[in-house]
Amino acid sequence: MIKFKRSFQYIFLTIVSFISVFPLFWMVISATNTSLDVTRGVMVPGMALFENFQKLISVQNVSQAMMNSFKYAIILTLSSLCICSLAGYGFEIFHDKGKDFVMAIILLAMMVPFAATMIPLFQMFSKAGLLNTTAGFMLPTISTPFLIMLFRQSARSFPHDIIEAARIDGLNEFQIFYKMFFPTMRSTYAAAMTITFMNAWNNYLWPKVIMTDQKSITMPMLVANLTEGYVTDYGVLMLGVLLCTIPTIIIFFVLQKSFAEGITGAVK
Amino acid sequence: MSRANKKTSQKLTLSKKQNISGWFFLMPATFLIAIMSFIPMFRALILSFKTGVGNNLKWAGVFNYQRLGQDTVFIQALKNNFIYLLIQVPIMLLLALVLASMLNNKHLRFKGLFRTAIFLPCATSLVSYAIIFRSLFAVDGFVNLILIKLGFLEVGYNFLAHPNSARMVIILALIWRWTGYNMVFYLAGLQNIEYSVYEAAMIDGASPIKTFFKITVPLLKPTILLTAIMSTNGTLQLFDESVNLTNGGPANATITMSHYIYNLSFKYVPNFGYAAAMSYLILILVAVLAFVQMKVGDKRD
Repeated sequence: MIKFKRSFQYIFLTIVSFISVFPLFWMVISATNTSLDVTRGVMVPGMALFENFQKLISVQNVSQAMMNSFKYAIILTLSSLCICSLAGYGFEIFHDKGKDFVMAIILLAMMVPFAATMIPLFQMFSKAGLLNTTAGFMLPTISTPFLIMLFRQSARSFPHDIIEAARIDGLNEFQIFYKMFFPTMRSTYAAAMTITFMNAWNNYLWPKVIMTDQKSITMPMLVANLTEGYVTDYGVLMLGVLLCTIPTIIIFFVLQKSFAEGITGAVK
Repeated sequence: MSRANKKTSQKLTLSKKQNISGWFFLMPATFLIAIMSFIPMFRALILSFKTGVGNNLKWAGVFNYQRLGQDTVFIQALKNNFIYLLIQVPIMLLLALVLASMLNNKHLRFKGLFRTAIFLPCATSLVSYAIIFRSLFAVDGFVNLILIKLGFLEVGYNFLAHPNSARMVIILALIWRWTGYNMVFYLAGLQNIEYSVYEAAMIDGASPIKTFFKITVPLLKPTILLTAIMSTNGTLQLFDESVNLTNGGPANATITMSHYIYNLSFKYVPNFGYAAAMSYLILILVAVLAFVQMKVGDKRD
C-alpha cells in the first residue's frame, strides 16, 4: 500500500513536471523548424534555425528591441533595489509611530490596480516629455510596496546589537547600511533582483502605453507584433518567443537558489 | 543649566538625529509611491466624473458610472474576470499546495529536479507563454494534431474561436504559468513547520490526506491568505493573456476589464473619463475582495 502511494506520487509529479516543461520544449524545437514542419508536429530539432533568424530580423529590428529591453530592465532593477532596500531598512531599524503609519499607507498602494493609475500616468508622462524614455519606463515601478516589505522583513532578522556596536565605533547610519546590512543580505538582494528584473523584462502593458515610437519597443512588444499578420510563421514566431525568454531563463537558473532563500526569509 | 538636563537634551538630539536619518532612508521610496500611485489614483477619480474625447473633458457627474451598467462589453469583461477568478484561482492554489506538500517530503528523490521543472514556467514572460499557448491550441496547432491522431477529432477544432473553449484555454494557460510560483511560497512556508510534526502524524497512523488537511493547511494559513490575495489581485488585472492569447475574441467574449480599459483609452477614440470610471470599479473590487479574504482568514483562527 505504501509502495503504491509512493509510486503514485512519483507518477503524479512526473506528469506535472512534463506538462510544465513541454510547452517550453516545444517552443525550442519549433524555433529550429520551418512553419510547415511545426504544424506537422515534428518533435526533433530541425535545420531551419538560421533561416528563421534571417526572416525574423528582416521583419523586426530584434537587436534594437533586445538592447532596449536590457537597458530598461537593468537600470530599473538597480535603482529599484537601491531605493527599496533603503526604505525597507529604514522602516524596520528606525521604526516609530510616524514611520509605521507611512508604511501602512504604502501597503495600501499594493491594492491599487495598475489600470486605475495608467491613464493619469500616461497624461502626466506625455506632458513631461517622458514618452519613449527609460525614465518613463521605470518611474512607475521603481518603488514597489512588495520589495519594501521584502527588505523590511529581512532587516527584522538583522541583529540590532551590530548596529549599536557600529554606532559606537563611529560609523554613520548610511555607512552601517552600506557596510553591514548590504553584504549580509545577499540572498534577499538576489531574490529582489530576480523578481524585479523579470517583472521589468516581462512588463507589457505599460511599455505598450508609453513606447509609441517603434524604435523604443521592448522584446515582449516585438514578439506580440509578430502575431499581427494574417499568416503565422510558427518557426519565426517561436524563435522570437525563445529570444524573449532566454534572458529570464538564465537569470532564473543563476539565481534560483538564492531566490528560494530570499523568499523563505520573507514568508517567515 | 544642570548637568542632568544637559545629558537628556544630548540624548534627545541623538535619537532625534537617528529619527531624521531614518526619514532620509525612506523618503525616496515614499515620495515615488506618492507620485506614481496615490496622485494618479486621485486624478483617476476626478477623471471618472468627466466625459469627452481625448483631453477635451467636461464635468459629467456620475454619468460614466451609470453608463457602465448598460455597456454589454463591460458586463462581459466583468463576467470573464470572475470566471477566471472563480475557476482558475482555487484549482491553482490547491494544486500548488498539493505539489508543495509532496515536495516537502524528506524521503522523496529527484526533489530538486521536480521543483525546478514545475517552477520553470514562471521564467517565461506573460506575452511569450500566451503566444506559445495560442500556437499550441491553434486550428493547425499541436493539441489538435494529437487529438486528430488519437481519433478524437476528424478536423482541427478552433479552440480560440469559441467562447467557452477560448476561456478554458486561458484558464489552462494561467494554471500552467502560476502554479509553480505559488508553490514556491508554500514550500517556503512549509520550512517553518517542524518536520517532526509530520513524522509524529505518520507514527500516529494519520493518512497523507488527513495530514494535509489537519496539519499543512492550517499551519500554512497566513501564506495561503497571502497567495489568495495576490492571485485575486492579479486575476482582476489580467491583460497580457487576453491581448495575446485570444485578443479578447471571439467578438469580445474573452476580453478582460484591463484589456477593455486599454482599448477604450488607447485603441478606440480615447475616452479617458469612462475608462477611469471602469478602472475605479476594479480598484473597489480588489479592495473589497482583499477585505473579505482577510476577514475569512481571521475567522478560522
